Amino acid sequence: MIPRLDNSAQDRLRDLAPKVLGALLRRYRDFGGCEDAVQEALIAAAMQWPTQGVPDNPKGWLITVATRRLTDQIRSDTARRLREQLVVSLIPADEQIALAADAAGVNERDETLDLYFMCCHPALSAASQVALTLRVVGGLTTGEIARAFLVPEATMAQRLTRAKLTIKSAGAAFPELTPADRAARLPVVLKVLYLIFSEGYTASGGDQLYRVDVSAEAIRVARLLVRLLPDDPEVGGLLALMLLTDARRAARTGPNGELIPLDQQVRSNWDRTRILEGERILQRALSRGTTGPYQIQAAIAALHDQAENSEATDWVEILSLYELLLRFNDSPMVRLSQAIALAMVEGPTAGLVALDELAVDPRISTHHRLDAARAHLLERAGQHAEAIRYYRRAAQRTISTPEQNYLLLHAARLSDSLAGARCPPTT
Amino acid sequence: MKYILMMNTPAGGPYQIASWPAQDIKAHIAFMMKFAKKLSAAGELVAAEGLSGPDQAKRVRADASGAPITDGVFPETKEFLAGYWIVDVESPERAYAIAAEASAAPGPGGRPLNLAIEVRQVMTGPPTDWTPDA
Repeated sequence: MIPRLDNSAQDRLRDLAPKVLGALLRRYRDFGGCEDAVQEALIAAAMQWPTQGVPDNPKGWLITVATRRLTDQIRSDTARRLREQLVVSLIPADEQIALAADAAGVNERDETLDLYFMCCHPALSAASQVALTLRVVGGLTTGEIARAFLVPEATMAQRLTRAKLTIKSAGAAFPELTPADRAARLPVVLKVLYLIFSEGYTASGGDQLYRVDVSAEAIRVARLLVRLLPDDPEVGGLLALMLLTDARRAARTGPNGELIPLDQQVRSNWDRTRILEGERILQRALSRGTTGPYQIQAAIAALHDQAENSEATDWVEILSLYELLLRFNDSPMVRLSQAIALAMVEGPTAGLVALDELAVDPRISTHHRLDAARAHLLERAGQHAEAIRYYRRAAQRTISTPEQNYLLLHAARLSDSLAGARCPPTT
Repeated sequence: MKYILMMNTPAGGPYQIASWPAQDIKAHIAFMMKFAKKLSAAGELVAAEGLSGPDQAKRVRADASGAPITDGVFPETKEFLAGYWIVDVESPERAYAIAAEASAAPGPGGRPLNLAIEVRQVMTGPPTDWTPDA
């Protein structure tokens, strides 16, 4: 068996990836070339360190190997001379001999940060932003990312190559961002990190043994971002939201991958350590004074995590938090959650009225979540035949297999009990 | 050799899973999950996907300029593809055996559905020693 790095060594290795890339970019501005070289250095480390031991200065080792790979790559390139001219011309004259690649300047923090912004470049599709972030900032190999998203490795390699070409043709020289640019683009970075987290959280199937845990990667990369921007309340809010949601992961599926809704989860299976950490980070973010959508969502998750059961949940507070969230993000999905919270506070009829208002919005009118929420409230209101109809319609509309199974089974159980009530067994 | 096993089900036929009792749905889901796990563990599973219902399906063709013209939905479709498996096996007989196992998935009352599974071999690239003149 090939010796492997243990998980914590692997995490430390991945944490170094953006720093090593930042150091290389300081010297050789070519994003695509540097990124390939860092990837090769990471693969070399993963293969050599388990047998030869972790070097005393892992970051220096990676920079040396990556620089060597980059030089090899430039030399062996058929358009060698062109490339060399390019590399040289990209370095300002006064820096061409001055700076060693690992001499961290005062700007190291900003340069690592800029890698996040580069990966979340507005010219890229969401799927490319996700893949590039996992590779560049997350330090994952192309193969690992491909397995995480259940696509062939060649497909993922191509997606990454195209993403880097897009950045290049969009003219994103490195680095080019002002503090104002960074502030404007931070929400995109947060959105991409949350997307990565959700991908992992909702993923089904796949061979778990060889699959990178994408949610855990999103949390790790968000932690790195918190270290770079410790005073930004929304960055803290995002990490808190991930931790407070991830705490429930073990309880949300049964032994065969079947979905267990929040109100039926065994709450003693929730991860208390994660909840405490999430609450601590959330408190710190809230104390900064500027509220934002991630902090609000984290606060809602925290209220669920703190409750003994569904009935003991502070639904009044959750309802007012959803109202606050709507001021930042007036989306039909938030309105749907608000209607469910309203039903918990004022009863199912009030919730159904809110859903009727929502149903005229074309962005959600045919969405399975709307049908599922209506079915749930109809069931609570005692209108079982109607509830069955909506559960089945939701099952037909969802594209998630576990969710479809859950909805079909729920409708069938309700239908069974209805049939049982109508014609009681004679024996 | 690779085969695709396509589960075609007639609209309005026995595969109206939404109307089955809970116990039968549960048994059917458990069978399908166990079946996929078994194929995967045997190293025979390449891919397995279930498809969303035909009521959302569209038929698409290009117009003169190459732009898509969509047609549908087709609620009256007589038969539709519910899902497929792609397996990598030693012989066609093994592919047929796997298809028969899938066909016998439990339906209402736990009785086997005996759905028709269409088995087609997946084409490959050219052999490594292939030359146009040979």
